[in-house]
This record gives sequence, structure tokens and C-alpha cells, in this order.
Amino acid sequence: MLNQVVSSLRQERLPHIWCPGCGNGIVLSALVKAIHELGCDPDKTVVVSGIGCSSRAAGYLDFNTLHTTHGRALAFATGIKLARPELTVFVLMGDGDATAIGGNHFIHAARRNIDLTAVIFNNSIYGMTGGQYSPLTPVQKRTTTAPYGHLERAFDIAELARGAGATYVARATTYHAGLLKNLIVAGARNKGFSVIEAITACPTAYGRRNKLGNGLQMLLWQRDHAVTVKQAAKMSPEELRDKIVIGELYRAEAPEFTATYEELVARLAQKEK
Amino acid sequence: MAGAAAPKVVRLEVQRNWCKGCGICVALCPKEVLKLDEFGKVTVAEPAACIGCGRCEDHCPDFVISVEVEEK
Ligand SMILES: Cc1ncc(C[n+]2csc(CCOP(=O)(O)OP(=O)(O)O)c2C)c(N)n1
Ligand code: SF4
Ligand code: SF4
Ligand code: SF4
Repeated sequence: MLNQVVSSLRQERLPHIWCPGCGNGIVLSALVKAIHELGCDPDKTVVVSGIGCSSRAAGYLDFNTLHTTHGRALAFATGIKLARPELTVFVLMGDGDATAIGGNHFIHAARRNIDLTAVIFNNSIYGMTGGQYSPLTPVQKRTTTAPYGHLERAFDIAELARGAGATYVARATTYHAGLLKNLIVAGARNKGFSVIEAITACPTAYGRRNKLGNGLQMLLWQRDHAVTVKQAAKMSPEELRDKIVIGELYRAEAPEFTATYEELVARLAQKEK
Repeated sequence: MAGAAAPKVVRLEVQRNWCKGCGICVALCPKEVLKLDEFGKVTVAEPAACIGCGRCEDHCPDFVISVEVEEK
């Protein structure tokens, strides 16, 4: 099975730059397995990323890849999808990339319900720049910019995506790598804006400062704090406070942007005849 | 073959030079198949014990391990 993954990687660039035990490679592996399961033609598959440790993922993939600027991956991906709607477009972003500098692109891509599959690597921190807090850093956690513990509340990416108009929203952790792969497959099959949040460990910039141990220990933390949607339905808000709800969280029907745009083009072409 | 599990052959392949010694595969393997060697890199210590569950492959952040299961 892994040979399949490796066959879709630019092997000459391995080993990758990520730290020992960093979860980014687990997310990347799940993504490639999902792309194989979907049977995507590599020449019609595009992977767009922003800037951050996680966004380096695009550079290791042997598809059509575009490593863009910080926070703007969705803007580039929107252009690609509108110009070539037949392409399958995945967008890889860190939690900072997607919800801090790229927060507006994120909500408006969701509002348009454009057919993109966004995979957000949520490691609760700005990994690449040394551990500043992000909009996903939990209250009281320590970062280089919150040495006494973080004061602000964190976003809930899934709620944000849902509220803004995404039509598929799901979450998994790197411990639940098989589930993560399945959710990426389902998200890609949704004709609209799909968001898959992958909870992943940054042992270097987040784990160390918060005494969460190494990558393995952070992975086991995910195992011990994840509850399925079904389990969560029977739990009180108090019981859910330190839990991560995993699985398919939301699905909806709404007009997809490239399809409505194509309809308009066809309508105007008809008029001219 | 109703009831009995089909016999299977498991092939484990390791791309040792990509291994960063994080120990995730060693800890998650349910059969203690994998170990870290004296250089801190993964090694297949008990190949015969492997049941082909794929946990090591799915969780290795460095694409080191490949698990191939052939149903006989
Ligand atoms: C316009 C711009 N502002 C700031 C930066 C510096 N910068 C690089 S990566 C990054 C944040 C990375 O965090 P995240 O997106 O969560 O990804 P991670 O590294 O954690 O995977 C920042 C602020 C930049 N490259 N470009
Ligand atoms: S700093 Fe964190 S996110 Fe970046 S490669 Fe290292 S462990 Fe991964
Ligand atoms: S496939 Fe399962 S049993 Fe075999 S080495 Fe990997 S984790 Fe262990
Ligand atoms: S999980 Fe991968 S990188 Fe980590 S020790 Fe095992 S083979 Fe090496």
C-alpha cells in the first residue's frame, strides 16, 4: 500500500524537512491514499498550498502542485478551479495560514461553495516561524508570544466553515489516519467547498513548550481525547470540554460556484446566437 | 472459506534512510515486530509475528514502512 504512496511522491526530495514525530507526514500519507482511492488522474489533480511547515507538503507530491503565498492558497485555487473546472483541486493549509492571514479567503471560499477540498493541518501553532500563537491555540497554552499562557479563545474550524457556507465539514486526528483518509475521500466527492480538519502534532514548537512530550506522546493524546460524533451526541458540554469530536460533522446542499458560473456563460452564449 | 481466516503472506519493506527514529511505529505495532536499532533507526526484529495490520505504515510520518498483504 505504501509503495502506492511513495509512487506519488517526489522521492528525490526525501527525507522531508519535517521534525522527527511531526504529524504532517501522516496527513500527507492519508491524502495520497485518498487520492489513489478516488482514482484521480495525476495529470488532472492539483494540490495548492500556502506557507508554513504543513504547506511544504505540496512540494513532495508528484501531481500538479502550487506552493503559493501565506494565506492565499484558496485564492490561487479559486482561480485554477474557475479556469479549469474539470480539475480536482486539493488545498493544503496550516491553521494559521487558513484562519489568521487567510481567514477572509477561507470564509469566502466557503460562502461561494466552490468545489475545492481543503485539508487544514491544525497543530495549534505557527510551527514554521518558531511557535507564535495562532487562532487555534487553546486558551492557557504557552507559545513564544504567550509566555504566560494564551488569553484568547480559539476558533472552532468546523463551526467557522459551517457558518460560512461550506457544504462538507469533517475532522479527524493523525492517530485516526484511516478515518482521515476516508473523510478526505468523502470531501473530494462532495461537489462544493469541503473542509477536513486534521488534528496533528507539532512536537517542536507546540509540544515542547507545553510539556506534551514527543510526537508519539502527542499522537497518544489524540487517541485519548477523540470521541466520535455518535459518542459526542450522548455527552454533556462539560464532558466534551477537553475532547475532539471526530468524523463527518456536517453536510449540506447548495449551488456550486463553478457550475453556476458555467451556466451563466452558456446562457449568455445562447443569447448571442 | 467460511469461518477460517484466509492464510496470508505479509511483506514488510523498510526505507531505512528516511527513518528519523520517532518510535511511533514501534509503539503502535500490536505484535512487537519493530524495534529501533543502535543507530535509532527502525528495524524489523520479528518479521514472522507481523499480522499485516498496517498501523505502522499508516502512522509513520516519514513513509518508511510499506506493508503488503497477499491473500493466498
Ligand atoms: C505575508 C507573510 N506574513 C508572514 C509570514 C511568516 N510566516 C511564515 S509561515 C507562518 C505561519 C505558519 O503557521 P501555520 O500556517 O499554522 O503552519 P505550520 O507552520 O504550523 O504548519 C508565518 C506567520 C509569511 N511567510 N508571509
Ligand atoms: S516545527 Fe512543528 S510543524 Fe514544523 S516540522 Fe517541526 S514539528 Fe512539524
Ligand atoms: S503491519 Fe501491524 S503487525 Fe506488522 S509490523 Fe506493522 S504494525 Fe506491526
Ligand atoms: S514511525 Fe517511521 S520515522 Fe518513526 S521510527 Fe518508525 S519508521 Fe522511523
